[in-house]
Amino acid sequence: MTPLGDYLLVAALVFSIGLAGALTRRNAILVLIGIELMLNAANLNLIAFWRYGSHPHPDPLTGMMFAIFSIAVAAAEAAVGLGLVIFIHRHAKTTDLDQMHRMKG
Amino acid sequence: MSFVFFLLATLTVAGGLAAVLLKNTVHCALALTVAFAGLAFLFLNLDAQFAGFAQILVYIGAVAILVVFAILLTKGSETPKDGVFSHTWLTGLAIAAAVFAVLGWAVIETAPMLPKSTSVPIVTVAQIGNALMGRYVLPLEIVAVLLTAALIGAVIVAMHEKEGLE
Amino acid sequence: MYAAISITPQIWSSPLARMLWLIPAGPMAASGAIALFKQPKRKAAATLALGALAFSLLLSLASFGHVVAGWSHGIAVREVVNFTWIQFGAANLELGWVLDPLSAVMLVMVSFVGLLIFIYSTGYMEHDANYTRFFCFMSLFAGAMLGVVIANSILLLFMCWELVGLTSYLLIGFWYQKPPAAAAAKKAFLTTRVGDVFFLLGIVWLFSQTGTLLFYNHGAGSIEVGALAVLLAQPAALGLTAAGAIGLLIFAGAAGKSGQFPLHVWLPDAMEGPTPVSALIHAATMVAAGVYLIARVYPLLQFGALPGGTTVALTVVAWVGAFTAVFAALIAIAQNDIKRILAYSTVSQLGYMMAGLGMGGVAVGIFHLITHAFFKALLFLGAGSVIHGCQEEQDVRRMGGLKSDMPLTFLTYAIGMLALCGFPLLFSGFWSKDGILEAAQHWSVSKVPLYMLIFGALLTAFYMTRQVAYVFFGHWRGGKPAIESPAVMTMPLAIMAFFAMALGLIGTPAWPWFRAFLDGRAAGFSPHAFFEPGLVTLMSASTVVVVLGMILAWRMYGDRSPKPTEPDVLEQSFPVSWGWLRDRLYVDELYGVTVIAFYDWWARVADWLDRRVWARIVDGVTHVFGLWAQLNRFLDNNWVDGSFDKGCEELSTGGGLLARVQTGRVQTYLRILAMAVVVLALMLIWSGRA
Repeated sequence: MTPLGDYLLVAALVFSIGLAGALTRRNAILVLIGIELMLNAANLNLIAFWRYGSHPHPDPLTGMMFAIFSIAVAAAEAAVGLGLVIFIHRHAKTTDLDQMHRMKG
Repeated sequence: MSFVFFLLATLTVAGGLAAVLLKNTVHCALALTVAFAGLAFLFLNLDAQFAGFAQILVYIGAVAILVVFAILLTKGSETPKDGVFSHTWLTGLAIAAAVFAVLGWAVIETAPMLPKSTSVPIVTVAQIGNALMGRYVLPLEIVAVLLTAALIGAVIVAMHEKEGLE
Repeated sequence: MYAAISITPQIWSSPLARMLWLIPAGPMAASGAIALFKQPKRKAAATLALGALAFSLLLSLASFGHVVAGWSHGIAVREVVNFTWIQFGAANLELGWVLDPLSAVMLVMVSFVGLLIFIYSTGYMEHDANYTRFFCFMSLFAGAMLGVVIANSILLLFMCWELVGLTSYLLIGFWYQKPPAAAAAKKAFLTTRVGDVFFLLGIVWLFSQTGTLLFYNHGAGSIEVGALAVLLAQPAALGLTAAGAIGLLIFAGAAGKSGQFPLHVWLPDAMEGPTPVSALIHAATMVAAGVYLIARVYPLLQFGALPGGTTVALTVVAWVGAFTAVFAALIAIAQNDIKRILAYSTVSQLGYMMAGLGMGGVAVGIFHLITHAFFKALLFLGAGSVIHGCQEEQDVRRMGGLKSDMPLTFLTYAIGMLALCGFPLLFSGFWSKDGILEAAQHWSVSKVPLYMLIFGALLTAFYMTRQVAYVFFGHWRGGKPAIESPAVMTMPLAIMAFFAMALGLIGTPAWPWFRAFLDGRAAGFSPHAFFEPGLVTLMSASTVVVVLGMILAWRMYGDRSPKPTEPDVLEQSFPVSWGWLRDRLYVDELYGVTVIAFYDWWARVADWLDRRVWARIVDGVTHVFGLWAQLNRFLDNNWVDGSFDKGCEELSTGGGLLARVQTGRVQTYLRILAMAVVVLALMLIWSGRA
């Protein structure tokens, strides 16, 4: 059995990769991709802890439900986010984040 | 660490890396799909069957497609002139590295303290269904409302454009 | 000689005493009213002035009658009416008036002589353009002089004293367009001012020591026994008591007003004024105010004297008086202006009065004052009549033979002249002067004043005879022939001549009514008083002296009438001495060299200081303020405003800097979020670890 720590490391790695992508890519969609990766990494964390939880489980359902709900919400968020990206693309003719600084103070 | 795990982990990480590093956005979306798949298999490896299949259904089946549609609708397939990474990509990379360092260090430091249970929690689909209708009915309804709102919102945002443009 | 009776002092004041203030108030109010008239209203002005003074005379006679009535019943009348004028803290300034024998007598004299002179002036000033102004000032003078006489408060006396001085100035300079008249007025005012400074010092000292300004206040007054005892307890310098020192300070003021040496220089120059003015002010009344003042504060001067002895203050008064008498008489010999001879004669007679006060007491001096008032006023009015008749000629060498041209004037003038010389028996001057000589004879300190006064009597007879010889005898040396004056001028002359003779009756040793009246004793008629040994000697001596003087002068000047250009008879014999005497013994010149030169120099110094020093200082201060203002402006513009502007700039810059946080880039915000997560995680770990 792979130890819990390995799963957590993988989750952390995926999380960081997703963060790196969100922070460095110019295209808005790729930022959303990064965010999706981050959410998935969090889900992996949840499931890993659910699997390797304390024995006996007092409530074996909680981790699973948490992850399922997380998937559902992430889907909703992706939908709305991508819809906004399309909207902005129509308005600004571009999805380049470097060029979107109209809120500059 | 078992071989299966190593394989799946490599798959996921590679998919993730490819998703953020490739120049062509569509390729990125496809790589993302691979990452999702790897994660789904990881879930299955962790005996979370429902979560794994839900992952495949929702993420690969809906979110990835959605991303591809969005890319196509925003001409994301065209490579931009001055590079895909921002001018200050090093700062972002550094910050991400820092985050990974902190998380990894936390994990490694606390490795001895992590639980090592081998018995699988028994969660059947029937239990999940009952729970959804029983204990978790409120979150279920809220998520339902959320999804409805997101659906309507996305439609409005993408649709009103036609009139707003002129 | 005097029967002593018991006298009861009076405490309550009669209604008459309470109305006494009307006596000076009437003429003063008339003066105020006349001041509002226009010049052409001559008749109204004269009527008002004469009417007011006549009213004062009536009231004075009533008061005099009241006092005489009281005296004849053995009551020493001294009614006072006092009131508080200003109160400051615990001290009061009190004013008031007093009705006693001294003030009653003076009231009658001043108002009567004044009225006669007013009547005379309506004729004398007939052709003057400023008739109305004349009566305004004369009325004011009369009111002020009457105020001096009844004042019970030394402050009120001083106020009326100054008012009298002011009117004297105004009247001497009545024809102010003439430079000599204006100068004479100024000289009179300034010289009397010198005396007044000492007078004021005396007042202040008296007030500070006794705490009251009133003379009589039912025992609490400043010259009553209680206060005098306080003063006696403090010795001042040179053997004077405090009382004596105060008295001498007051005497300095009296010396200024009454023309004693060395403050006599203004009186002869005051003859620049119209002759009625000379008569009223500088013969009868104002100059007598000094003598009256000394009589009024006599207790101050006299207190502390041992019986039969005298105080230092009174000795000083006597010596000054005697010296002045001789000094002025010597100068009078060599004068050629008719009024100037009379002026020096006045100075000399005032010296007699002061000597009389110093050696013999109040009654002696005041009796001579009263008689002098009448005959000197008579002489001046007569001189005025002569001047008027000779068409404003005043040099005696250009007159002559007027006894036939102006007989009435000659007759009255002769009577006055004989009274002044002290021709025995019929004339009041003889009795009053004899009273003074008698006092000098009995003086304990020295007999020298007696000889000086006798010598003075010789000189008086001499110069008066010289004057009469020049004016009335010989032949006429003037221009147009002289005419007698109108009745309005000669009637007062006649009335005064009568009194010049009749007043003698109340002062003879046989019936010393006047002295008894003033001293508050009963007077008995005792003819054998004439035959006291010392008295007979004295009376014969003075008679001999007078007759000698007259004969000497007649021998030299007689009917001769030398031409104006010829030198005088005496001048030919003693040219140097004559020159000195004619030039008034150079007292004026001495003052010019010392006092006036000093003031001139001092004025120059003050002017230099003012222009060079004070002006420069003021300019400097202004300059400093200007610099200060400039500095302030610089500071304000550059520091205050600048710092404020700078501050705002910094704020703006800071805001700008801070605004850079808002890049508007989503990825920047995300990065910051991630950083925050890292930091937060580290903090949680480390806090958990610790």
